[in-house]
Formats: sequence, C-alpha cells, structure tokens
Amino acid sequence: MAITTDNAPAPPVAGKPGATSTGRAGDKIFLGLSQGSGILLLVIMASIAVFLTYRASLALAENEGNFLTTFDWNPAGDPPVFGIAVLLFGTIVSSIIAMVIAVPIAVGIALFISHYAPRRLAAPLAYVVDLLAAVPSIIYGIWGALFLVPYLEGLNSWLDEFLGWTYIFEKTEVGVARSLFTVGILLAIMILPIVTSVSREVFLQVPRMNEEAALALGATRWEVIRLSVLPFGRSGVISASMLGLGRALGETMAVATVLSPSFVISLHLLNPGGGTFAQNIAAKFDEANELGRDALIASGLVLFVLTLLVNGAARLIIARRKEYSGANA
Amino acid sequence: MAKRIDVSGLTAYYGSHKAIDDISMTVEPRSVTAFIGPSGCGKSTFLRTLNRMHEVTPGGRVEGKVMLDDENLYGKDVDPVAVRRTVGMVFQRPNPFPTMSIFDNVAAGLRLNGSYKKNQLAEVVERSLKGANLWNEVKDRLNKPGSGLSGGQQQRLCIARAIAVEPDVLLMDEPCSALDPISTLAIEDLISELKERFTIVIVTHNMQQAARVSDRTAFFNLAAVGQPGKLVEIDETERIFSNPSVQATEDYISGRFG
Repeated sequence: MAITTDNAPAPPVAGKPGATSTGRAGDKIFLGLSQGSGILLLVIMASIAVFLTYRASLALAENEGNFLTTFDWNPAGDPPVFGIAVLLFGTIVSSIIAMVIAVPIAVGIALFISHYAPRRLAAPLAYVVDLLAAVPSIIYGIWGALFLVPYLEGLNSWLDEFLGWTYIFEKTEVGVARSLFTVGILLAIMILPIVTSVSREVFLQVPRMNEEAALALGATRWEVIRLSVLPFGRSGVISASMLGLGRALGETMAVATVLSPSFVISLHLLNPGGGTFAQNIAAKFDEANELGRDALIASGLVLFVLTLLVNGAARLIIARRKEYSGANA
Repeated sequence: MAKRIDVSGLTAYYGSHKAIDDISMTVEPRSVTAFIGPSGCGKSTFLRTLNRMHEVTPGGRVEGKVMLDDENLYGKDVDPVAVRRTVGMVFQRPNPFPTMSIFDNVAAGLRLNGSYKKNQLAEVVERSLKGANLWNEVKDRLNKPGSGLSGGQQQRLCIARAIAVEPDVLLMDEPCSALDPISTLAIEDLISELKERFTIVIVTHNMQQAARVSDRTAFFNLAAVGQPGKLVEIDETERIFSNPSVQATEDYISGRFG
C-alpha cells in the first residue's frame, strides 16, 4: 500500500481505522456511519438467506414429489407435489440463448466504440447503449409481448423450415412465439448494455504500448484487435458476460409478460411454453396458499444460489485477471 | 536488405501544433544513426514518422517526403501497414504480447504476413532469437509467456520479434531507458552486431550511449517550449562529440543545458 510521505506527522490514515481514531467528533461519526452501513449490508444478506432457507425447509418437508426432478408445480394439491426441473431448465436455456446472442454483439459494439468509431460518434453511441439499461423491465415485457412476439413469427417459420433438422429449431406445436427462444432474444437485448459497457471499459484500458507493439509489426486495425486488444480484454469480457448472465437469470417481469408458461421440458426452443424461476414466482405468488408460497420461496432459494454462484465466478475471473494484465508494469 | 533513408522537408503536426519543422537528412544503410537532444525536441516524433507510426496518434499528420531507397513512404498509393512491415520498431519500454509465449511473440510478425511454412517458422524464430542474443537463455522455455522474462530479456525479445520479419530498417526509441546497466550493455552489443544487416536509427537520452553505438549523430533542439523541434546538425559521431560545427550542439554535449 502506498502511503503519502509528508513532512508533517503522518496522519492516521493507514491501517485499521478503529486503532487510529483521534477521538475527534467528526472521525467518530464517520467511523460509526461507515461501519454501520457495512454491518447493515451483512445483516440484510444474512437475513435474506436465513428467511429463504427457513421457509424453503417448511415447504420441502411437505413435498411428496422430488424437488429436483418433478415436472409439476402443484403445492395446493393432495398430496402436494412440486419440483423445479422445468424452471431450472427454462431459466438456464433462456439465459444461454441470451448470452449466445448478446455477447458477440456486445463485444462488437464495444470494439466499435473503443477502436473504430470517430470520437464524435463514440460518445453518443456509448450513451445510447447505456440508455438501454435505463428502460424498465416491464416496458421490455410489453414491447416483447406486443411487438417481438408477432414479428418473430416470420423468423420462427424460417428457422423451422431451414434449420428444423437441428432439432432445437424444429417447431412441433402450433401457437404464437411465446417461447423460450423469444424470451432469450428479449433477455439478450436487456443484458446488452451491461455487457457492452463493461467490455468497452476493458478495451479502452488496453495499454497503448501493447497496441503499438502490434502496429509496429505491420498489423492492420483488425489484427491489432486480435493480437493486443482481445487477449488483454478476454477476462474482462468473460466477467462482463457473467454480470449479464446474472441479470438474465433473475429477470422477472419481462419474462412473465412474454412467456406462456407450461410445465414441460422441450428442446424445441420455438415451441411456446416453459418457465423460469422468477417468472413462476411472479405468476403464482398472489394466488398461492401458505404452502404454495413456501414452495415458491424454495424455488427462489435455488435461483438465489445460482445467481450467487455466477457472480462468484465473475469475481474470481476478475481477480485472476490482475495477475497477467500487469505483465509489463 | 538494409536501405538508405532520405528525408526531405519533413514537417509533422499533432492537430494544429507543429511538432517538428522542415527536417532533411540522410541515414546511411548498414550504420547506426543516433538522435539526441533535450526533451520535447521532436526526436521521437521524427523517428515515428519514419515508419508512419506518427499518424496513429489522433491528429497526427505529416508534410514532406521520406524516401526508402527509391520509394516514397508517404506516396499516394503507399499503405502505412506495408511500410511498418519493412521498417521495424523497438519501443522505450519492452512490450511483448503479454498473453503470448516467447515463440509466438517472435512468430507474430510472420504470422501476420501470412506466407510461411510450419517448419520454416521454427527456423526463423531460432534465427531471430539467436540474432537478438537471447536464444541460449530461452531455448528451453519457448512456450512460456514472454512476460515472465526480465526487462532486458523482454527488450531483446522485442528486438527478435522486430528482426524476424527481416525489415529494411530498425527504429529504436530509447530502447535502454527502462533497463539496468548490464542489460543496456547487452542491447548495445547487439546493436553493433545488427548494423551489419540493418539500417538502424536510435533515439537516446544518454549521450555516452550515442557516442558508444552510433556512426552518425543528429542533434535536435527547440527554440522554446511549445515551439517545433528542429534538426540542428547531423555529422559523424566522432565529430559531433569532439568538434561540432554549431555552438548549441557543443553546449548540449558539454552539459551546459538540456
């Protein structure tokens, strides 16, 4: 840690704040405030975890089906049977579709803003992309349901006709495009801004000398990107994608508005139906009885853990990145 | 394949700021030419105009002519990318590609050019590393990252990377300023060997270094801060350091300013 060296006696900034408190009122108040907020955060996290775990355990004790493998959600039945298989599948599949679509586009936009666009264009463009993040998710949902769903019919039948042999693009059921595929496209648009802006920041941080190394060898602009920018930015793009994935996994309103839910697992992505954790909770919470709510909370706990794992993985990658980005420091 | 550089009436700008003004000189093939002068005198800018790296900086542009034998680098149909493939460059701070192995670093330029055979690649890498006096130190760890080497080794790796594509000219922008004296000596020895094959231009802040490695020395100066840099004189190194024809050169060399 770098400590500034003044001629005056060193102010007590280094080390633990508690150990060097000067006893002045301002210091004490600030210390209390910052410590308090830190502790509050931990308390909130812990109470969410405890609450979810407790209510989930109540539901799981009553469940007559297997929580992980059951294709049904009927906690009000007799006996109560519910399982997350469909929800887990739908959540992961729609998020994967979103990632496959969004990440390449986001990297493309980020590269364009950071390395291709003239400066006058780059700043407004970056602003517009960030603006996408400010649109509320219910608006995305309404737009998805009223615009995307009807307009995707054409794309769907095209995919069915020419890529139907791939199985995943074969449409076996009639119905509007309220499918996991449509949800995936909508989620892709929603995570585009976060992935783009984090990637752009990383690409802008590529040291000048790394790019000049490639330029001086006679690299074209694309070759500079391939030799210097992408290797440097790779881990940043991965962690940006993880952040986007975290958002896609938990998205509620947009998915609930677009998807027509059903408790089936199908790899025919264009078929309407399926479900995600967040969508299922939003759709069922109001009408559910006591056990029903606990059951939904149990599914919420799984989503909580899933999101936590994804974010943890992103953190790990960001931390590892420090090792080799400073290679020439 | 070393070529002669003939510069006439070269002026370089950053936006509206004129960085160097009306420079003309000749750089002889198979020799080392050193550029010296106080900070801000435009010697690095001038060096970067010799492989069209100057125009990579936003607002950078150039007027004048740079002839490489009989080809004008600033001719209408000349692709700057092609220029940089024949005029190599080594930078102030070693800049190997951090995620690439030692082998891949040296092979990077060849792979860009596209035309090579696989066994030929290994041969060129070995020859270049030998040419940069680095082969014996790294031959057992060619697939380790280049960023794991010491600063001096990294700089020699960058030289190997630059000479692997067999350029006509090698430009060096203060190649030793980030290195310790032992590594500096290794690079200086290397420069004397490389001048058998290449035309070498080196910018240095270290006047002893200029005296040690170069055959000819150019002294740059500027009238005042914010004014464009100018070439004061270029001559045999021995003459510049013993009996220069301009008073300012003598003042700079003897440490009266700069």
